[in-house]
Amino acid sequence: MHPILKLVVQRVALSLLLLLAASVMIFVGTQILPGDVAQSILGQAATPESLANLRAELGLNDPPVTRYFDWLFGVLQGDLGTALTNGRDIGESLGKRLGNTLFLAFWAAVVSVPLAIFLGLLAVRYQNRWPDKLISGVTLTSISIPEFLIGYVVMYFISVKLGWFSSVAMINESMSLGQKLNAIALPVFVLTLVVLAHMMRMTRAAILNVMQSAYIETAELKGLSMFTIIRKHAFPNAIAPIINVVMINLAYLVVGVVVVEVVFVYPGMGQYLVDHVSKRDVPVVQASGLIFAAVYIGLNLIADLVSILANPRLRHPK
Amino acid sequence: MSNELKQLATKAAKGLVSRRDFLGRAGALGITAVGANAMLASAAKAAGPNKGGHLVQGIGGGESSNSLDPALTASSVPFGNLKHFGDLLVQIRPDGVLEPRLAESVEATSDAKTWTFKIRKGVEFHNGKTMTPDDVLKTMQRHSNEDATSGALGIMKGIESMKVDGDNFSVTLTTPNADLPYLMSDYHLVVQPGGGMDSPADGVGTGPYILETDEPGVRSLWKKNPNYWEGDIGNYDSSEILVINDATARTAALQSGQVHMINRVDPKVAGLIDRAPGVSIKSVAGRGHYVFIMHTNTAPFDSNELRMALKMVINREEMVNKILRGYGTVGNDLPINASYPLFDETIPQRKMDAAKAAEHYKKSGHDGSPIILRVADGAFPGAVDAAALFQESARAAGIPLEIKREPNDGYWSEVWNKQPFCASYWGGRPVQDQMYSTAYLSTADWNDTRFNNPRFDELLFSAKAELDDAKRKALYSEMANILRDTGGLICPMFNDFVDAVSDKIAGYEPDPNNELVNGFAMTRTWLA
Repeated sequence: MHPILKLVVQRVALSLLLLLAASVMIFVGTQILPGDVAQSILGQAATPESLANLRAELGLNDPPVTRYFDWLFGVLQGDLGTALTNGRDIGESLGKRLGNTLFLAFWAAVVSVPLAIFLGLLAVRYQNRWPDKLISGVTLTSISIPEFLIGYVVMYFISVKLGWFSSVAMINESMSLGQKLNAIALPVFVLTLVVLAHMMRMTRAAILNVMQSAYIETAELKGLSMFTIIRKHAFPNAIAPIINVVMINLAYLVVGVVVVEVVFVYPGMGQYLVDHVSKRDVPVVQASGLIFAAVYIGLNLIADLVSILANPRLRHPK
Repeated sequence: MSNELKQLATKAAKGLVSRRDFLGRAGALGITAVGANAMLASAAKAAGPNKGGHLVQGIGGGESSNSLDPALTASSVPFGNLKHFGDLLVQIRPDGVLEPRLAESVEATSDAKTWTFKIRKGVEFHNGKTMTPDDVLKTMQRHSNEDATSGALGIMKGIESMKVDGDNFSVTLTTPNADLPYLMSDYHLVVQPGGGMDSPADGVGTGPYILETDEPGVRSLWKKNPNYWEGDIGNYDSSEILVINDATARTAALQSGQVHMINRVDPKVAGLIDRAPGVSIKSVAGRGHYVFIMHTNTAPFDSNELRMALKMVINREEMVNKILRGYGTVGNDLPINASYPLFDETIPQRKMDAAKAAEHYKKSGHDGSPIILRVADGAFPGAVDAAALFQESARAAGIPLEIKREPNDGYWSEVWNKQPFCASYWGGRPVQDQMYSTAYLSTADWNDTRFNNPRFDELLFSAKAELDDAKRKALYSEMANILRDTGGLICPMFNDFVDAVSDKIAGYEPDPNNELVNGFAMTRTWLA
């Protein structure tokens, strides 16, 4: 078997094991939390009778281990079950939310990744001169401000004062792509500001590191222009660390944007998960957790593979 | 009032003159802003509602775990949804009077034990079926039978039997209750086809709007019911609720014109929003109250002297000013205020008195160990700050209060009704009897102060059976005094419902029953 293929198979198998472990941890975590779903649904209006009735109806009287394995067998057959709180099919509601989250993450990535890399290259080209300092200054400032604050500031000036874009980024199926993009303009802008600095700084550092090498000096002596050197010689050799940090940020765009979702009222996965955690709706929490874990593990797998493929020494091991 | 101004008000109501212009001119003629606004409202009413358009409400208090099942409704967004698609047998008008809805009339036997509701004919469900008394019976059964999970189960408890007799639906109680029709106005008790036994969460009812789309925790979309039994009362062709839980996002959505009205404006920013162009704050005193509750059967709170010390030391005015920013009224250690029918306004207002508090504290013989007060931000907005104010004023009287912060998560299941002294919130009930029976009767499920006073219980039962209002008022007054002087409830304040509304909306008149015109914005307001 080709060593790379073998590696992929190994990593995928390991990932599945990791997912199983994650699902156990999520389940145990939700059991440790105080209160149960019946109490959360009925809230202050709970009486001992209605609590007992609801618990029986939701099957909460079974031992936890039984409930976990029931859930696991369901998932293995592709059935995520129904939400305890509102009886809706989890696969269907989750699918919609996941679609929205990926939509937002996709467009944020489309804007931020090329921009970050371009700004990183630009910063290297004008290292320690004013463009470098300006880029670093602005991006580091934006990553240092909490994202909800950036959200509110952007909302106040762009939406309330100027009236350019909607502060409510609610999208639904009946909207055209243009309308959807218009609706998510502000969250994409905020997310871009949040993830830009990390990727841009990494690009800058990785390329500067390579720039110290002897072959760059050779290229310089050959008389190549600065940009050509960076593009043809430095960048391909710096790609592995850059891809790594890009993947971490992509994962963040999928699993970590709940604050931005709340501020812009975006119907994504984050809010969906938080609502169900606070209601102790274990099957939904499990399903969401599983997806988040899968995204994280999947993107890291891709990062590893790309760094191997980008490096001839790893591609052709002796 | 000059004729010119009247004409102007009519013009403003019809949108021919802007509201701001009208207020400006009224001011020039020496009329106060309050008076001018009232004029505008009455002129708007006289001009009659405009029809058509699309209403968008931005409401905080909805989760993706919500359902359209009326039995499981507990927060603002599902409540707003219920009002779109459902109707009750009876409902409380803004002035506190009971209005017959799906019941044409209500009658009681002289002992107030059997109540008969004459069910309206010719009412159609959204699925085309005609509503029958049997649907009513099944609905009530679903909310009251043994395996019910309804939030209304508590109030349905005293029912002995229910039956259908021709066009009538009748309820027989185990003990008399003069307020039963008020209990039937509980928002959970929406009449559903077949009682909603088969598909409780399908959003089919008899209401003025029909469900188009429901995305829990995101939005719901409704279109006007062309066959509504009461005629053309929906003022908008379609109505939409957007779930916006973040307070700042809600305000921004209103200010940028994406929603027409929002609920739960933070009192801290209400003044600022009211001064912003294009929007105004609408607040109304309700029955909801922020409280600190002590278990009267647990040391050290089993000593009435200590309870009195804590009641005397809390600074109610300061709390209304600092926690509610004036959007509320002071409490009197009662769960009842002037919003309730038959309230005795002569009960003296309790005021802070550190010297007296210190005296009570001394008499209680408390050993001086810290008294632990548990709070969380989720208990009520500003609960932690209110506790800090409480602690400060207690310190002045030498009472050692210690604040223990609890997580919001699980507060209602782990702290409230379990720990002997904590912060809490009550939404209030339509009538005194229901409030007292829910939380102050010694055997009540939610007796969160562990209040046990035989005389109080006895008065409560005699008031239930009393159909003469003057006598009932006297009974309630005695009960209020007992509770105020011996109970475990410290009630510093009643909060207002604070909404904010765009100038594009006319006809908005706050309803003390609940926020956003008691959920009836689509039938009681219109596009100006």
